[in-house]
Amino acid sequence: MLKIENISLTFNKGTINEKTAVKDLSLHVKKGDFITIIGANGAGKSTLFNVIGGTFISDEGRIVLDGEDITLTPEHKRARSIGRLFQDPMKGSAPGMTIEENLALAAGHGGWLSSISKKDKERFKECLRPLDMGLEDRMQQPVGLLSGGQRQALTLMMATINPPKLLLLDEHTAALDPATAEKVLELTKKIVEEHKLTCMMITHNMQSALELGNRTIMMNQGNIIYDTEGEERAGLTVNDLLDKFKEAAGKALDNDRMLLGN
Amino acid sequence: MGFFSGLLSSLPTAFELGLFNALVVLALFLSYSMLNVCDLSTDGCYTLGAAVGAMVAIAGHPYLSLPVAMLAGLISGFVTAILQTKMGVDSLLAGIIVNTGLYSINIAIMGNKSLLNLNKTETIFTKLKPVNDSVQNGILGLFGADKNSVIAKILAFFSNEIVIGLVAVALVILFLSLFLRTRLGLAIRATGNNPDMVRSSSINPTMTTIVGLCISNSFTALSGCLFAQSQKSMSIDVGTGMVTVALAALLIGGAFMGRGKIPTRAIGAVIGAVIFRIVYTIALRFHMPSFMLKLVSSVIVIIAITGPYLKSKYPMFVRRLKHRKAGRDNA
Repeated sequence: MLKIENISLTFNKGTINEKTAVKDLSLHVKKGDFITIIGANGAGKSTLFNVIGGTFISDEGRIVLDGEDITLTPEHKRARSIGRLFQDPMKGSAPGMTIEENLALAAGHGGWLSSISKKDKERFKECLRPLDMGLEDRMQQPVGLLSGGQRQALTLMMATINPPKLLLLDEHTAALDPATAEKVLELTKKIVEEHKLTCMMITHNMQSALELGNRTIMMNQGNIIYDTEGEERAGLTVNDLLDKFKEAAGKALDNDRMLLGN
Repeated sequence: MGFFSGLLSSLPTAFELGLFNALVVLALFLSYSMLNVCDLSTDGCYTLGAAVGAMVAIAGHPYLSLPVAMLAGLISGFVTAILQTKMGVDSLLAGIIVNTGLYSINIAIMGNKSLLNLNKTETIFTKLKPVNDSVQNGILGLFGADKNSVIAKILAFFSNEIVIGLVAVALVILFLSLFLRTRLGLAIRATGNNPDMVRSSSINPTMTTIVGLCISNSFTALSGCLFAQSQKSMSIDVGTGMVTVALAALLIGGAFMGRGKIPTRAIGAVIGAVIFRIVYTIALRFHMPSFMLKLVSSVIVIIAITGPYLKSKYPMFVRRLKHRKAGRDNA
């Protein structure tokens, strides 16, 4: 499904601030995989997503998504097959436009000069109803009026209204309060199952990294240091993960949010 | 002539100029309010429209002058947009560069002259005057009203220039209202609102910026074209300061009708343009020298933009005063 082969990316090459964010990283993701990704601060998790999503183009290596080489494809073209959510709930929607208009842009079918039809309106409403946030009755309100949790839930619907081949979730619940985070995570699970999406999720919550999905990878210094699935993964505890990290990286895991959070 | 009758007699002209300016204001409504790009090529593009329109009219094609002027504006907008989206030029700088370049281009278009006279030229206004006159006579005949009746006086206000201005403004508002509801229009609005979101909707924000600036500059050029033909003359500096004047009008309009749907806001922009012209006319009646126009528009833009900013800083100002006072009391 997704084949990443020997990807490397270095920022500020040739300067004093040179930083290799991803180093010779390879990863094969199977169709229907739900991979959780954990790692220390600056391990290259978000950079990996940015390279897959096209925000950054890798210096070396190849990325093939569903048989199509997307290594150099511009970001907006990849967005057709890759849906993304970020930590910042404000990032995924346009605050000055209505909920309906945001969904219409995300749905994106029809020609450039087509406008929102009655059928579209009904479809968007139906799509928001399962969120159980009352958004379906606020279609004409600007998105800027929504709370962070509501906006992230809306972004999730926008990213999956045309089921993408790959869904990238970059700590998308980290900026939300615990109750809302829980709800958005539940929704994510539901949607991923419903559309049988292939999904990668960065999280700082070790517990949910083990509970969610079918495969967990651990990153350090721009590469994957531990990759587990199946029975081995089923028997793991958070402490095992910490030990694994120490073993592979030669030092204790230092993700401040991880230590404080759970 | 008394003060008020003098003012009253100059109202139609103010209204007419307000309508022509409104087209630039609507152009900025698209580029500044929707696309969030401050297009500083507006001055040069306005003059470009005036120059191209005047030359085509002088060549004997008054009707053709409108689309040709708009096409010229579109090309100018395209260059500005390419510079800022594909060539790495800062968007403000791109506008300034194009504006400077247009000065030479405009003089070249005007045949190496900086002044054109259209007194004996058939313009869109002279061409359509008989049409307007016959429609007005028809209306008068329909009501059986004579030349001194109220209807006749109302109709007299709707001069040829004002009717054409109204039609042009109405068409542009209609276009914007429909266009900004389409998928492309939504994408243009989102580009000014959150470009990241546009990209994640599989739309290239470079493309939306180019399309938006092409359209807005074609309106700016249309405005210049109508202005030059209505004044029966044009000089190379008709566009000077136009971006500030239009921005002032846009912000005035926004203060009245800044919220709500697109058509409401577009109409607000037009009302802003007309109010600006009328206030200016009143100020002239109070013997304000006409060269003050640009200063007035600058001050309006400054107030409209700094006002909300300073207001947001006010609580901090109060807090600081209180803190200082508490410090003194404790000492």
